Amino acid sequence: MSDLDIPAARASVFAGLRLTKTAIVAGSILLLWVFLAFFGPTLAPHGEAEIISTKTFAPIGEGGLLGTDKLGRDVFSRLLYGVRTTLVLALITTIIAFAAGVTLGFAAAILRGWFDIVVSRIVEAFMAFPSTLLALVVIGALGTSIPVLVCTVGLVLSTGVFRVSRALGMDIGVMDFVNAARARGEGAWWILSREVLPNAMAPLIAEFGLRFTFSILFLSGLSFLGLGVQEPAADWGLMVQENIGGLFLGSSAALIPAGCIASLTICMNLLVDWFQQRQQGETVLEKIDQ
Amino acid sequence: MTDTILSITDLDVRGRPPGGTYVPIVTGVSLSVKKGEVLALIGESGSGKSTISLAAMGFARPGCRIFGGQVVLNGRDIMTLAPPERHSLRGREVAYVAQSAAASFNPAIRIGKQVTEAPLWHGTADAATAANTAFELYQKLDLPDPEHIGSRFPHQVSGGQLQRLMAAMAMSCGPDLLILDEPTTALDVTTQIEVLKAFKSIIREQGTAAIYVTHDLSVVAQMADRILVLKDGAVVEAGETDQIIHAPQHAYTKTLMDAVTPKVRPVQAEPKKPEIVLSARNITAGYGATTILRNVSVDVPKGTVVGVIGESGCGKSTLARVIAGLTPTREGETQIEGKTVAPSVGARDKATLRDCQIVFQMADTALNPRMRIRDLLGRPLRFYHSLKGRAQVDRVAELLTLVDLPPEFASRYPGELSGGQKQRVNLARALAADPKVILCDEVTSALDTVVAAGVIALLNDLKDRLGVSFMFISHDLSTVSSFADDVVVLYAGRVMEKGPAAAVFQPPFHPYTKLLLASVPEMRQGWLEGVAQTDEARAASASGVELTAKGCPFANRCIHAMRDLCETTTPPDLVFPDGLTIACHLAPDALPT
Repeated sequence: MSDLDIPAARASVFAGLRLTKTAIVAGSILLLWVFLAFFGPTLAPHGEAEIISTKTFAPIGEGGLLGTDKLGRDVFSRLLYGVRTTLVLALITTIIAFAAGVTLGFAAAILRGWFDIVVSRIVEAFMAFPSTLLALVVIGALGTSIPVLVCTVGLVLSTGVFRVSRALGMDIGVMDFVNAARARGEGAWWILSREVLPNAMAPLIAEFGLRFTFSILFLSGLSFLGLGVQEPAADWGLMVQENIGGLFLGSSAALIPAGCIASLTICMNLLVDWFQQRQQGETVLEKIDQ
Repeated sequence: MTDTILSITDLDVRGRPPGGTYVPIVTGVSLSVKKGEVLALIGESGSGKSTISLAAMGFARPGCRIFGGQVVLNGRDIMTLAPPERHSLRGREVAYVAQSAAASFNPAIRIGKQVTEAPLWHGTADAATAANTAFELYQKLDLPDPEHIGSRFPHQVSGGQLQRLMAAMAMSCGPDLLILDEPTTALDVTTQIEVLKAFKSIIREQGTAAIYVTHDLSVVAQMADRILVLKDGAVVEAGETDQIIHAPQHAYTKTLMDAVTPKVRPVQAEPKKPEIVLSARNITAGYGATTILRNVSVDVPKGTVVGVIGESGCGKSTLARVIAGLTPTREGETQIEGKTVAPSVGARDKATLRDCQIVFQMADTALNPRMRIRDLLGRPLRFYHSLKGRAQVDRVAELLTLVDLPPEFASRYPGELSGGQKQRVNLARALAADPKVILCDEVTSALDTVVAAGVIALLNDLKDRLGVSFMFISHDLSTVSSFADDVVVLYAGRVMEKGPAAAVFQPPFHPYTKLLLASVPEMRQGWLEGVAQTDEARAASASGVELTAKGCPFANRCIHAMRDLCETTTPPDLVFPDGLTIACHLAPDALPT
């Protein structure tokens, strides 16, 4: 028995993750948005709904820093207020989606039998509806309010999380160490929380990142349709919708929030990609380099 | 001189863990193979055998790189060739047979198409010629129904047949050099014989040079002309097969030989009548529509080792799972110290669970990779004995010492241990419960011979010191015979023979036990030719294992089978005075000896 070529300790899923250029860039941009979510309103030169100019759809540099929107409000200020709404709502929906999806998914994988059949069929029924349509119907029926919005989107997204965690739970659930725990007489809670969950962390974290971007897009989409965040509150999706008419007047008031949504989701995706590839050792680019 | 097919000089291969720096895997290895010669590379896992064999094709696994040395195949240094040229050599001049045929065949494509893929790809033959060559190869490899086997899918043939088809695939272009990487390691002993025989005859017939990679010395004795013994990526000894087997020079070769040579164990003469700790009574169990175990009864007396032997699929592991309560029983019951216990794990109380512990085969997957050894061992201590804090820490250290590991290992993760060390932790976890009986499911199968010998010695020691009983499940007869007090022979989910080890491994035998024993490769050249000629081996290779409720399951492979009787009527148990029980229709004096 040689003790030589033994891999280094892997205490947590984050241990020993080396950064790459892409990860640094994507991470910095995300950190910037998070920073602005905290301090944006204090940094904003104008109020969220303050009309600063009589000129609507003023071009960049003329009204405010990034021009004005359809009511003459400062696009830059609204953008800074909007980060918080967009990020916080997305975070809450993703957490709801994960809390419901992971718990039910793992429980279905471990308990099997009737529980699995019933929950799986219900989830499949939900998945059979186009997600936007489902959200439209629910929000249309219950009225537009932030709690309804967050819960609806969270539940719609949790169906995907359920499928992923059920599959993960099934894979890990047949491993010998889980069998060993079963043979020892451990209950379902121990198996779920101590045996399965720690070993599912890496894929779940990656999944969280992806679902987070989905929920940003989804929420922005709903805001765009007028069912999400309501005026005068600022939200990026809402800002795109408000100012879409300006596009024909040569205004960038709709493009700037759209670009911000893109930057947020793309950076999140890049970071998730980096994390997933690091879990397997090397990133694709590093492999090509060798 | 022209008959040298391959010569490798000063091969230097290095590997790099993800994100790490290159470390040497193989250094300064030189070898040459002549036409028609079989060179064996032997060594433990991690000794660089596979790396060398792949380098013979100019290939290095992802993360590895060939840093230096010449690989001359048919007079050309293939390391200097451009990748496309090297690629065109593979399959045509040098071919590779991997360890797991099941993993190497595409399950969605018919066998014939996969076998003829290489000649068509290289453009060395048209479809008709290739199909014809394949047919000839099927015949030479002794495959059943050579006309139609090509139109089957990989899952429709047995493991041994698939491994031979893999050889057909490799031979389809008529390569000059064949590389066989542990081709029989995953097979049962009775299947291994057919495959070895087929390989040997085809190599001889085609005059192909071959490199045979294995860790099994007795297989090497059958196949190889010359042997290269490897350790840590360097050659420690090279020589003719005869010399290596009979007069090993290097100390390491001697250790390897010692680990293989069965130790003769003194048979305990005193007739023991100890109490039965664990008793499985008339167990019938299975999965879904398949019934695997039928009416199996096993008794484990206190402080003894009961070996359960049988080939893959015979229900050995199922038996352990049934006893542990992980698989439901259809009929029958499990008793611990005379008390019937609940059939499923959820319905058993803690004391029952504690008394019977199970140790799984793969230590790699049996230990939660995200828990420290401290927590892995601490959990059963807390769960069964409510040990906490200081007392728990002390007991963990004690347990580690008990399995010959340093107590400092407590703070490590399983990933930081070697295979043998993990298996010891696995065992320590079972011991943490203070069980009366431990079910060991193939605990040494995934380990190198030398490491496995260490684990067996440890089990023996624990048995003597702690008085724990073991049910030791294995397909490896030599391990069981060196270690078990009682032996149960399972075949197709039924008990064929059981009794004290000394009686089971001595005549009279059940015909199946006889076949099993005869199939274990012996460390002498020429054994393979002898055994493959016997009527028993021919009858056994005629058909496969069938799980049947009627008659004797072995009837279709037994030369002694009486057509009407054996296939329809369940054989009676013949009981001998020394405690041996054989389930057979033959008269006691007609049993094979």
